[in-house]
Amino acid sequence: MTARRLNHRRSVLWIAALVHRLSGLALAVFLPLHFLALGLAIRGEASLETFLRWSDQPLVKVAEGGLVFLLTVHMLGGLRVLVIENLDWRDGQKQLATLAAGVSAVIAFIFLARVL
Amino acid sequence: MSDMPSELTVSLWRGAEQGRYETYRVPRRDSQTVLDVVTFVQRHLDPTLSYRFACRVGVCGSCAMTVNGRPRWTCRTHVSKVAKGGRLEIGPLENLPVIKDLATDMREFFEKWQQAKGVFAPSKTRHDAIEQIRPDSAERLAADAAIECINCGVCYAACDTVRWNSDYLGPAALNRAWTLVNDERDGANVARLEAVAASGGCHACHSHQACQEHCPQALNPTASIAGLKRRTMAAYLRGEIKA
Amino acid sequence: MNVRLYVWQRLTAALMLPLVLLHIAVIFYASRKGMTAADILARTRGSIVWASFYGVFVVAVAIHAAIGVRNVLAEWSPLADRGAGIFAIAFGIALLILGLRAVAAVTL
Repeated sequence: MTARRLNHRRSVLWIAALVHRLSGLALAVFLPLHFLALGLAIRGEASLETFLRWSDQPLVKVAEGGLVFLLTVHMLGGLRVLVIENLDWRDGQKQLATLAAGVSAVIAFIFLARVL
Repeated sequence: MSDMPSELTVSLWRGAEQGRYETYRVPRRDSQTVLDVVTFVQRHLDPTLSYRFACRVGVCGSCAMTVNGRPRWTCRTHVSKVAKGGRLEIGPLENLPVIKDLATDMREFFEKWQQAKGVFAPSKTRHDAIEQIRPDSAERLAADAAIECINCGVCYAACDTVRWNSDYLGPAALNRAWTLVNDERDGANVARLEAVAASGGCHACHSHQACQEHCPQALNPTASIAGLKRRTMAAYLRGEIKA
Repeated sequence: MNVRLYVWQRLTAALMLPLVLLHIAVIFYASRKGMTAADILARTRGSIVWASFYGVFVVAVAIHAAIGVRNVLAEWSPLADRGAGIFAIAFGIALLILGLRAVAAVTL
């Protein structure tokens, strides 16, 4: 076996960085699909309308709520990075990271409340 | 006031990259440090154990190891603080090749220091007047906040980006580069900024801040690296350095 | 990542901050129940404003996502810098084409 074992990774900031990275990857996978769906309008509004009605299903709405969360958390996490890198150093990074996740969850829940 | 048994159960890494943890029983003593424990094993239980130390008092940086999963100075880590239920797991520092047991090959750490141009480059000779440096200038304060690094390697071992990106110069090298970027006497800043602006330089840092969390000197390489990002971006946009 | 890629990624990120906020507002508005494709397209067709907004957004996200994906591949996959870079460029171009096509689809 090899010696390697580290357990410090469960720090809030490491989790924040991981969430930022995974949300970015998920959005990157989602985007082409999003563009293809919108591109249905080329064939006329009937194609897009069919797709939109398909997306009325509750499960799809829940997935959309997940996407809203991913977009918001990626943006707020990125904003936190821009603050670290461009403004004077400030402590309280863990609180900022937790706040970013919290705000994103709230926005996603509001979205779901409106559409479900 | 100890809920600690009178004996510690200590697992030590034996071998090189491949090997195994071996268990030893070490008597518990007051004010015992992890370095005391390792030393006891080598002197009384197994003389073939290899490990590194020098000053024993937290000024040289030689004794850093992975203790219960975290990189620490073993001479400054009290057993009472880390040994839950009398158990300790001690391994070599991560992110560095293992020579034997608890001793790692630090060469890449120091080579990256050189690559980051973490070396003072004089701009005057003995025949010039001595440079007047105000200790409270913004630049000197920034350099002083980062200058106490003793190259122990703890930050390098703690950094996930070092683990994922073999080109990454690492927090210590970049932190030192930052102190020199802020040193008015230094004459090599264009080359230094280019060195840290290259692939594997400061821009590879994701601000996980494990370095800052683990630094035994309470330094903040994340902040130093953020400073380097600002300087290199400004220099690049002004055409002073090339990508 | 070097300074050039960093600058492009951070600048597109900063540019997209207000764009994402607006986009989230658009999502909330458009997801009102009962909004049909006809409703949406009636608002977007022939609109220079929507075409510009989403056109800029698509270009920015293609650059930003490509560099981000490149970094993740270089760190987490067996691909080295060069392989990650090639994949990322291909991905960025794909996003650009599909994205601008989508913008055209709803605004032209």
